[in-house]
Amino acid sequence: MPGKARDYGIPGTPIFDGAQAQKGYALNKMCYSFNSAANREEFQRDEESYCAKYGLSPAQRSAIRNRNVLELIAAGGNVYYLAKFAGIFGLNVQDIGAQQTGMSVEQFRQKLLDAAR
Amino acid sequence: MAKILGGLTTSHIPLIGKAIAQDLRNEPYWQPFFKGFPAAHEWLRKVKPDVAVVVYNDHGLNFFLDKMPTFAIGAAAEYRNADEGWGIPTLPPFRGEPDLSWHIIESVVAEEFDPVTCQEMLVDHGFTLPMKLFWPGDEPWPVRVVPVSVNTVQHPLPTPARCLKFGQAIGRAIASYPEDLRVVVIGTGGLSHQLDGTRAGFINKEFDLMCMDKIVAEPQELARYSTLDLVRLAGAQGVELVNWLVARGALTGSVGKVHSNYHIPISNTATGLLVLENRG
Repeated sequence: MPGKARDYGIPGTPIFDGAQAQKGYALNKMCYSFNSAANREEFQRDEESYCAKYGLSPAQRSAIRNRNVLELIAAGGNVYYLAKFAGIFGLNVQDIGAQQTGMSVEQFRQKLLDAAR
Repeated sequence: MAKILGGLTTSHIPLIGKAIAQDLRNEPYWQPFFKGFPAAHEWLRKVKPDVAVVVYNDHGLNFFLDKMPTFAIGAAAEYRNADEGWGIPTLPPFRGEPDLSWHIIESVVAEEFDPVTCQEMLVDHGFTLPMKLFWPGDEPWPVRVVPVSVNTVQHPLPTPARCLKFGQAIGRAIASYPEDLRVVVIGTGGLSHQLDGTRAGFINKEFDLMCMDKIVAEPQELARYSTLDLVRLAGAQGVELVNWLVARGALTGSVGKVHSNYHIPISNTATGLLVLENRG
């Protein structure tokens, strides 16, 4: 069984440690496979079979179905591998930043611009 | 003997790959970032390196969680880039300098650092984009390379103090190499940014500027931070600052700043550029 989730005391900030790495292994392995264009196509042809092939847990399959980054992270996903999943749908890190913070992409971009002040 | 000419550091955001491929350098969004580089090019033309030792982190191209090395050193005659999954153009292969790689490996292991050695190694955007930023001209690449990969993906990460010491060991290794090679050391990644969690989009200008100042002459001040301090202050992916610390550690002499640039934002990231000269 995966190790217990630990609180590192940094709000809103996942720490991808051994517990998360165990929990997310199947999910991250699937996302790692998306380095290959043939695998990306196979996933898009039949998403459910592809998830089953990698042995995703019900929570991971649901998070994939929902395209929900916070759920994917809660299910053990690591953002570097998840970025390859997001890329299949043409989503970049600002799109996933907006989704996670509940902002519009425009608001999220403005937040980044404001950080320059 | 090999000579360490200096160090270069830059951010390595994937979007830079698109900007280069689509030649967006002079667009208003990109100009404040790219305007930093001509000074680096000028310095490189002056010092004429033969080899670049490039310290970066792999983002899931060469390494997966099945085997995740804390430190890995390339020892190949050639390194290739490949599809990373989201469509930035791949760049042509890089020529290695395997004899220098093995000398560095032998030397750092003798100093009790134990990196993974790689005779095959795909290099991702963390490696390739800085190369393209520093040598934007036509292929083939004018320098040979030694890739050094640092784990910034899966905690526990090597501590900032360990990274600075690892860099110092690499610097002693290069300086003791008997061939007359001219070497620059490159550190990539950062500065402050966070891609994941409800704090995504976190940037810390004050901390970044302090780091860019301290790393020139007082890198030990930055080595005092814990990994979690860096996560808190620079964001979850801002920990890539440790690559800069490895590169800075390799500069064995008195170090002077030739040039710097800092710009917020490119994509989700605060970007930094430093050109540091190793003044013997």
